Amino acid sequence: MSVPFALLALLSDGPKYGLRLQNEFESRTGEVWPLNVGQVYSTLQRLERDGLVETDGEGAERAQKRYRITPNGERELAEWLRTAPALVPPPRDELVIKVLVALQIPGIDVHEILQVHRRHVVEVMQRYTKIKAAAGEDDVPLMLVADAELFRLEGIVRWLEAADVRLRQRPPVAPTPAADSQVETPSTMEVSQ
Amino acid sequence: MTSALELHQVSKIYGSGPSEVRALIEVDLSVERGELVAVMGPSGSGKSTLLTIAGSLEEATSGQVLVEGIDLAAVSRAERAMMRRRSIGYVFQDFNLLQGLTALENVTLPLELDGVPAKAARLTALEAMEELDVAHRAARYPDELSGGQRQRVAIARAIVGERELLLADEPTGALDSVNGEAVMRLLRAATQRGVAGVVVTHEAQLASWADRVVFLRDGHVVDQTVAPPGPESLLAAGDRR
Repeated sequence: MSVPFALLALLSDGPKYGLRLQNEFESRTGEVWPLNVGQVYSTLQRLERDGLVETDGEGAERAQKRYRITPNGERELAEWLRTAPALVPPPRDELVIKVLVALQIPGIDVHEILQVHRRHVVEVMQRYTKIKAAAGEDDVPLMLVADAELFRLEGIVRWLEAADVRLRQRPPVAPTPAADSQVETPSTMEVSQ
Repeated sequence: MTSALELHQVSKIYGSGPSEVRALIEVDLSVERGELVAVMGPSGSGKSTLLTIAGSLEEATSGQVLVEGIDLAAVSRAERAMMRRRSIGYVFQDFNLLQGLTALENVTLPLELDGVPAKAARLTALEAMEELDVAHRAARYPDELSGGQRQRVAIARAIVGERELLLADEPTGALDSVNGEAVMRLLRAATQRGVAGVVVTHEAQLASWADRVVFLRDGHVVDQTVAPPGPESLLAAGDRR
């Protein structure tokens, strides 16, 4: 969960109101990750409860409160920046599962399935590239966000291509029984004897 | 109105008998002016063959190739050579700059070969180099330029004059990703000025700069992207965590 730390980071250069934090968060992430104002205030409430931020508008409406980072908040932020993110892949990657399932279904052309996904991912990449193409040269945050997505998506395309080549190179698979047949049940065996 | 480039049922077969290689099989492709098309595919899929045939650097075994509505098979060798010089620009992976010529002389060369007087050719070439932000390197020789600058000179040479069709084969070569992106931005800018562009690449990230991506496999066009929704839809679907 990175929103609380992003808000702490935005507060590091001085106290701010919730609305300004929302605007700064969106502009500094290239507006690729929208954040509604309700999320900003609920996150600030939790940060205040945990002693990581404090306000100078005691009892005032939330929009009139100015938030500032506490020394504890600064320590937490510094620690978070250096903590490795969870790089372990999700336990079940939907795309991998789809390809594995496709391999088991008779009559399904796995290569066609791989191509459908390759095209889809490249189309999403085209959209991120359009964002980059339209961005100003000095909009480095937006470039970084778009690059991160593009490199991630390119990894998926490369996996799809590697899967395609690997499947083309595999030796022919011996046919397996299409389904459990009744012949294999003990009672049927008895009858056949 | 004709497309800038049209391939109709184009096949290319090398060799015959047991050694026959079918590099392209009944490929249909058209590219409009102002459009950048990327051709993606694994090694040996026929990408480069498609490009050399589109650029009249070699002939199709069968099918029809039209550049600006002109059937390449229906014109003389001399006319094809003139089209290559005048209408078609090429960018290659290894830049293909002539080492003995300066950057400016490299860019001027196709114009001079086409009979443009030296002074006019020089001015036109400098304009192209300015567009690519490499005019300040005009007097340098290729081996005095960085990889990115060399490719800018190569692109300037490809777009100089009245080119209609820009063909690029793995144009980012061994450049790093940021310099590779800069090359794609330049190719995109060139096509947005009205040139039709075809880029062959195996890198999805570079292909994503194109308006359309065509997927090639074993000599066949197997698929292509459809115009995706605008980037706004990505913003709406952004991570709200």
